[in-house]
Amino acid sequence: MPHKPPTKEELERRKIVGIRDEIITDVTSTDFPGHYPGESHVWDIEEFRQGVRVEFHQNDPLEASFSLIGVDASIANAFRRIMIADIPTLAIETVFINNNTSVIQDEVLAHRLGLIPFQGGHEGLHKFLKWWRKPTDESEVNSSYYDFNTVSLRLEVACTHNDQAAPGETDPTKLYKHAHVYARDIEFCPVGRQDRYFSGADAIAPVNPDILIAKLRPGQEINLSMHMHKGVGSDHAKFSPVATASYRLLPTIDITRPILGADAAKFAKCFPPGVIGLQKVTRTEAAQTGSGYEGHEGEVRAVVEDPMRDTVSRECLRHPEFKDKVKLGRKRDHFIYLVESTGQWHSDAIFLESVTHLKKRAMDLEKQVINMVR
Amino acid sequence: MGSMDDGFEALLEPFYNGKKLTDPISTKEDKYQLLPAFLKVKGLVKQHIDSYNFFVEQEIKDIVRANRSIRSDQEKDFWLEFTDIRVGTPTRNDYSDFKARDEVTPMECRLRDMTYGAPVVVDITYSRDRKKIVRKDIPLCRIPVMLKSAKCGLSGASNAQMEIMNECPLDPGGYFIINGTEKVILIQEQLSKNRVIVEADEKTGGVSASVTSSTHERKSKTYVILKKDRIALNHNVLVEPIPIVIVLKALGGLSDYEIMELVAGGDARYQDDFLINFDEATKAGVFTQQQALEYVGVRVKMGGPKKGRSMAAPRRSPVEEGLDALANLIIAHVTIQDLDFYPKAIYIAMMVRRVLMAAHNPKLVDDRDFVGNKRLELAGQLLSLLFEDLFKMFVSSLKGNMEYFFKKPNRTSAYDPVGPISSQGQYISQGLNRAIQSGNWSVKRFNMNRAGVTHVLSRLSYIAALGMMTRISSQFEKTRKVSGPRALQPSQWGMLCPSDTPEGEACGLVKNLALMTHITTNADEEPVKNWIFSLVPGVEPIRMFTGTEMHRPGSYIIHLNGTPFALTRHPKQFALRFKTMRRRGHISPFIGIHINEHFSAVHIATDEGRICRPYIIVREGKSKLKADHLKLLQLGRATFDDFLKHGVIEYLDVNEENDALIAITEEDINQSTTHMEIEPFTILGAVAGLIPFPHHNQSPRNTYQCAMGKQAIGAIAYNQFNRIDTLLYTLVYPQRPMVITKTIQLIHYDKLPAGQNATVVVMSYSGYDIEDALVLNKASCDRGFGRCQVFRKYTAELQSYPNGRKDRLGGIQKDDEGRTIAKHACLDKDGLAVVGYRVHSGETMVMKETPLDQTSTGIGSDRGSDDFKPAPINYRIPDPAYIDKVMVSNTEKNTAIVKVQTRQTRRPELGDKFSSRHGQKGVVGIIVDQEDMPFSDSGLVPDIIMNPHGFPSRMTVGKLFECLTGKASVVAGRRDYGFGDAFRDHPVEEMGKALIDHGFSWEGKDYFTSGITGEPHEAYLFNGPIYYQRLKHMVQDKMHSRSRGPRAILTRQPTEGRSRDGGLRLGEMERDCLIAYGASQLLLERLMISSDGTQVDICERCGLLGYKGYCQTCQSTSQVTQMTMPYAAKLLVQELISMNVGVRMQLEDKFPHPMR
Repeated sequence: MPHKPPTKEELERRKIVGIRDEIITDVTSTDFPGHYPGESHVWDIEEFRQGVRVEFHQNDPLEASFSLIGVDASIANAFRRIMIADIPTLAIETVFINNNTSVIQDEVLAHRLGLIPFQGGHEGLHKFLKWWRKPTDESEVNSSYYDFNTVSLRLEVACTHNDQAAPGETDPTKLYKHAHVYARDIEFCPVGRQDRYFSGADAIAPVNPDILIAKLRPGQEINLSMHMHKGVGSDHAKFSPVATASYRLLPTIDITRPILGADAAKFAKCFPPGVIGLQKVTRTEAAQTGSGYEGHEGEVRAVVEDPMRDTVSRECLRHPEFKDKVKLGRKRDHFIYLVESTGQWHSDAIFLESVTHLKKRAMDLEKQVINMVR
Repeated sequence: MGSMDDGFEALLEPFYNGKKLTDPISTKEDKYQLLPAFLKVKGLVKQHIDSYNFFVEQEIKDIVRANRSIRSDQEKDFWLEFTDIRVGTPTRNDYSDFKARDEVTPMECRLRDMTYGAPVVVDITYSRDRKKIVRKDIPLCRIPVMLKSAKCGLSGASNAQMEIMNECPLDPGGYFIINGTEKVILIQEQLSKNRVIVEADEKTGGVSASVTSSTHERKSKTYVILKKDRIALNHNVLVEPIPIVIVLKALGGLSDYEIMELVAGGDARYQDDFLINFDEATKAGVFTQQQALEYVGVRVKMGGPKKGRSMAAPRRSPVEEGLDALANLIIAHVTIQDLDFYPKAIYIAMMVRRVLMAAHNPKLVDDRDFVGNKRLELAGQLLSLLFEDLFKMFVSSLKGNMEYFFKKPNRTSAYDPVGPISSQGQYISQGLNRAIQSGNWSVKRFNMNRAGVTHVLSRLSYIAALGMMTRISSQFEKTRKVSGPRALQPSQWGMLCPSDTPEGEACGLVKNLALMTHITTNADEEPVKNWIFSLVPGVEPIRMFTGTEMHRPGSYIIHLNGTPFALTRHPKQFALRFKTMRRRGHISPFIGIHINEHFSAVHIATDEGRICRPYIIVREGKSKLKADHLKLLQLGRATFDDFLKHGVIEYLDVNEENDALIAITEEDINQSTTHMEIEPFTILGAVAGLIPFPHHNQSPRNTYQCAMGKQAIGAIAYNQFNRIDTLLYTLVYPQRPMVITKTIQLIHYDKLPAGQNATVVVMSYSGYDIEDALVLNKASCDRGFGRCQVFRKYTAELQSYPNGRKDRLGGIQKDDEGRTIAKHACLDKDGLAVVGYRVHSGETMVMKETPLDQTSTGIGSDRGSDDFKPAPINYRIPDPAYIDKVMVSNTEKNTAIVKVQTRQTRRPELGDKFSSRHGQKGVVGIIVDQEDMPFSDSGLVPDIIMNPHGFPSRMTVGKLFECLTGKASVVAGRRDYGFGDAFRDHPVEEMGKALIDHGFSWEGKDYFTSGITGEPHEAYLFNGPIYYQRLKHMVQDKMHSRSRGPRAILTRQPTEGRSRDGGLRLGEMERDCLIAYGASQLLLERLMISSDGTQVDICERCGLLGYKGYCQTCQSTSQVTQMTMPYAAKLLVQELISMNVGVRMQLEDKFPHPMR
């Protein structure tokens, strides 16, 4: 039997992940060689180059949203995974407690400090600072700290009575000085060349100065110094540069048969605002036979406006009146990323870094494969 | 009242849950507000505290009044009388004039291992030289004080005061502190006393009525038994059962006709049945009272309960014996006045009648398991039993002391009782302390010997402590395989929690109080007696009537605490009037009245230990509770007790409940309704109240959760970091549950929570989640999920020895180069560990040293060595810990005490146990990196992945509801959505609506993408927040392995148990398997090489053990051979020989060498 090349619709259909009311169909990609008899699908760099696209929807330092179109899920997922786990950031790793008379225990305090995200000069953070590796020999630890691998911080707070407090005051923050210890109380102590990279606005400082670290009462004090090192999210979540990095597929809404009148309004309500619009049926549409609009001129009908806003709650599939009138799906190769940076990296830079990282990894692998073959 | 900050304010606040003051109040919706009002007045453990208060304020005085006077046998003129007794407020025992304060706080007692006790003082009058001397405030003894009782410094303290005292304002109190440990006297359940119980013996077909008479003097049981148509009375003091007619004849010389009347009345059926009993008397030749008394007297056991007196007194005649037995021993709680036996005759006749009725109609037997037939004994009652015994002993020893003094021929001074009172009184203190400390309650006069009455208060979590305070233990044997007492009784409704009972042997025997249960204290009978005659005309004392009149149809006998007291023909009217008087506050609200139509009886109960609970009164189809009442309550102008006084609410005990028609909701009220429930979820207890939507769960799941809620790690109390407990678990970041219940607010679990809201996705993930294992997100653990702390206490007491030497704290040991040895790395100069230091296994925390010489007197040449030997406290746990606290103080005995607390902070690891609030426990099967976890469209990644197979068979629908409700509450940001109260409709629709409005699927199932492949999952995954508890079972405490290690000295076999680094036993059954399989080399290796194989010399000639190749018995080396055998076997042989059992071993070569 001679093979017919797939139609455009067929190709388009293959790109859709089906959203049914109780199941998701066609979750795996099929565009690899040998899956469809008689079709090639051999990966071609030119074809790939033509297809791949990036569109930014939002690009703020702390949050970026963009679409990556035309890649396979495995590639898209690799970026996501790298963003979460493999991009190095600087975080507090070692806490040297000189004195801690607060109610919060040393380990818990150290754990809390570790989770505080820090920011600083990008050049210094990403280029100047290198890895610190703990020496295997315990005695060499102290001689392993350098300005290019360790950032030193200090936290010295003591709580005292506030003489200016109004009599009868009950609010501890007014009654005492330093009743609350915040992230902004952490002091950066530059060493060596760190002055050059981290001064002024580029100084190492907590992203959110209002993070509460501990509460104190008069007589209690916290006195400690900290070492920050570079690390990756796969080691500890505190090193992850993102609060979350995830993607979703672009939803598609396909109204197969007209939804009109009150049904249309109800249909629109099944989606977040802005996804479905209501339009009046025009005369020409009503005149068209077989369109389903015959005799409905002037009535409202539901039209898809912005499927990207859809959260895929499948609400429309629950109601019998929309049965067979709508088909939900998601575009398999359209990934809408959401990257929320913790503040050390710009959110878009995290993605770029992940691309670099993947590239480096691929080249490493190539080298090893070549070595293996030899 | 206003200043009391007990945390219930929030619940009474008009703005609560988004409600405003102007919102209309509906009695239907808001009647639950009575519940916080109830708890505000009553508290969660008020039963214990009430009972204790009753003891220290009233009962102790009654006991002393009953035993107040002592007269000397020697000196006839001397007398001594205790006129009053008072319990003071807690003081230090080691108080002296030069110490500034003597009041003591509970926290100090806990830390210093002291007893939280108060001095008891007495006022006495006595005669000296024919003059009356009055002395006041003579110290008698010290009694332990219950926390938060009237005598305790914590009662009525504000939060600020509690804070100063280092006490947690949420702590329920109700326990004692004895030598630094918190002890609870569990509530004891027993059959009611002084009540007749009729039972049928299924085997013989006999029926018996029994009554346990309990007076201050003694406790005894009397039976009326129907056997082979004949009725007899039996009692412990009687040698054999006595025919009933003889007994009745002995009681006041009733004629046969009168007896028949009393027993059977006019009913011919009972007359026929009873007739045969007269023959018994005739056969025995008993016709008169004199003969009857003689008959009884002969059968009274000699040297019965009154051994002491009978020895001194001359022997009495049988008639006297019989009279005494009938008057004082048999049915002792019916007191005889002026030898008028008629009331007792009526009582016994009533028992006989009950037996006859039960024989006719088997339905009329009583149910032992009926909660109305049970009484709960609380701390106060148990203490008063003990105190009375000890006080009597004190009186007799004081008397002994007195007689000893007066025996002296020439006395130099007049007798002064003050010194002896204080010195003899210490035995009372000791007795009370010892009983609470050990839990052994032995009261001599009742022959009571109970063990395990007290328990150490479990401080594993707040809930564990609370659960312990509401626990009720039964007197039934745990080993008995009877189902009756274990089964859920319908009469438990509202009184005892249907869910909270342990599994296994104590199942159904250990129960817990429901939320609104109240346990009565004793009320005075006298005012009730007066009321009985003045309520309705025509109520006459029972004494005035003959049997026929009593048992005439339409006549109702009014029983007061089970004893026939009066007769009426208008029982309904009488009961109604009685209730009205009670509702008006003229009669104590805790006195119960109910009508028993079967026996034509009205029962009034004033006794202690009855279980009761408040209800809203309904009259003529209308609830007495009006919106105005609730308004007043919200405004704080009325309390629960005001409603009680104004007849809006009343307490019903289990028996009275049976006369009531109780509607659950306002809609259910009809014309015949008498009462309405305050809130249906109060049928559950405090612990079961944690479960959201329990009415959607399979019932055993709720029971499992009740057991597990007590093991959850969380916040213990506000003062948790000031405490030094043997073992203390805390959660680093505890969270208030997303979905709570009103019970949670009432018991303040939201302030001291034990768990965290985990984002759960229900899906199958990897193979590491089979059998309820959980998949945890590593990043969640990094961020503090499930992080907990373990605190351990190590105590060292520096004792002093009789020779004046004392333990001391030694210094740090140095090695040859002057460096501190590794073991002492964490020690400071004072020989105590440094706070904040990390201790490893084997390191010393307290460098205690004891004197080598503890015995010498130090006099003359008997000096002994001046050296000390180290007795250090070492850290022995494999995983390191930090020193959290070091406390140095001294105890009551004035010896120094050092307490070191260590701290470990643990993150969840593989094998740690977690559980949701629905009896669904699981261990961590795998901890997965965040990037491998599935994620939703919004980037949500679960903390926990739970396998869906956990649902179908467990049917914990409540958990699904919790998840859905929690999710809706989170996405909508509405706390008021997060309620999962029992027996309320669940607004699934509303929750689904909230989810849809926020772009989620209405049923909580969302689209997730696999974190591994990056492709979507084929199914929508159910997800949302579920409250997870971390349970105390952690791998770190259980993990154990050994290759080589210590051996037991005696047997040379490897030691047993993790704490001794022991091996795992290859037991006899395992051994049998290996034998059957024929794995001989494995056997050899397990049983000999890796165990206690040892080389022995055996003489082949005599078969005995030799030594170094030489046989002592045969005096030769010729036939001594070496072989390997287990050391334990060798030991057995030698032990047998030492007991003169000859053991000879005959050796044989299994594989003989070829003949040489």
